[in-house]
Amino acid sequence: MLTGLWPSPSGSSEYALSFDRQREKRVLVIPALFEEGNKLRHFTVELMRRLDAGDIDCFLPDLPGTNESLEDLERQSLDSWRAAIDAAAHHFGATHVLTMRGGALVAPAHLSAMHYAPVAGSGLLRAMLRAQVMIASEQGRTETRDGLLASGLAEGLRLGGYDIGPQMIGELEAAKPAQDAEQIAQGDVGGGGLWLRAEPGHDPAQAQRLADIIMERLR
Amino acid sequence: MASNLPAPTEQNEETDLLLRQVLADVLGLSAERIAELGDESGLFGHLPELDSMAVAGLLTELEDRLDIIIEDDDVDGEMLETFGSLRAFLNEKRGNG
Repeated sequence: MLTGLWPSPSGSSEYALSFDRQREKRVLVIPALFEEGNKLRHFTVELMRRLDAGDIDCFLPDLPGTNESLEDLERQSLDSWRAAIDAAAHHFGATHVLTMRGGALVAPAHLSAMHYAPVAGSGLLRAMLRAQVMIASEQGRTETRDGLLASGLAEGLRLGGYDIGPQMIGELEAAKPAQDAEQIAQGDVGGGGLWLRAEPGHDPAQAQRLADIIMERLR
Repeated sequence: MASNLPAPTEQNEETDLLLRQVLADVLGLSAERIAELGDESGLFGHLPELDSMAVAGLLTELEDRLDIIIEDDDVDGEMLETFGSLRAFLNEKRGNG
């Protein structure tokens, strides 16, 4: 496993985890978004180890504003992430794309994609706004999801520790995964989705099963 | 016409099963541990890993799997306190749905 840099369209360099031995199949892995990205990171990397063992190169770029990135998350939008992912796909010479959950919302249109348990932006937003309402209530304040959404659309919001700008919130409300991509449902993998876990977790059996499904489809 | 009869038992059993399944997914607990949950088993405020983020994910997943809508006003400490109270809330939602 290597870490390397790739040039993002904003002019800065971003990190990526790579398993690169110049093999024929080169899969760009687009991580899950926000807290789900945190919950799924271990699982995603373990999945990549198994793809590597199956003779497939794979690359996991940081979305600008997340993980090791020095960019401001607040200034990012789904559009800017799409542009960044396009640049990463080009830099690494990706032949295929695998998206994890909300990663499907920023998949490049020109590469053949597999979407693992894709989710609409509205679904991600609903859970994050609900958590914010509950946190406010614990602190003795009354907030509503509608009220938070309105202020988020006007000036951005901090949701679950992530500073999300107004453009991103507006885009999330409307964004849906492309329907023409190949879907891999959680039911095909078995067990409960790890993004649901209260604490980030890992499940070797699920990682192996998902890797097997991907390798079968890439054959 | 509104009925005061309890919801059908079959639906109650299904709600019980689905709630156990989603809790197993959220808490990462084994089937044995989940089977041990009883009406009085404490949830929010009793299980440290079940924080606001996790509860929000839990409720959102329950909405999707049970095809119900949970309003902001529905969510309070009482409804989330025990396995039994959350299940009763979900049954009521499904009955009204």
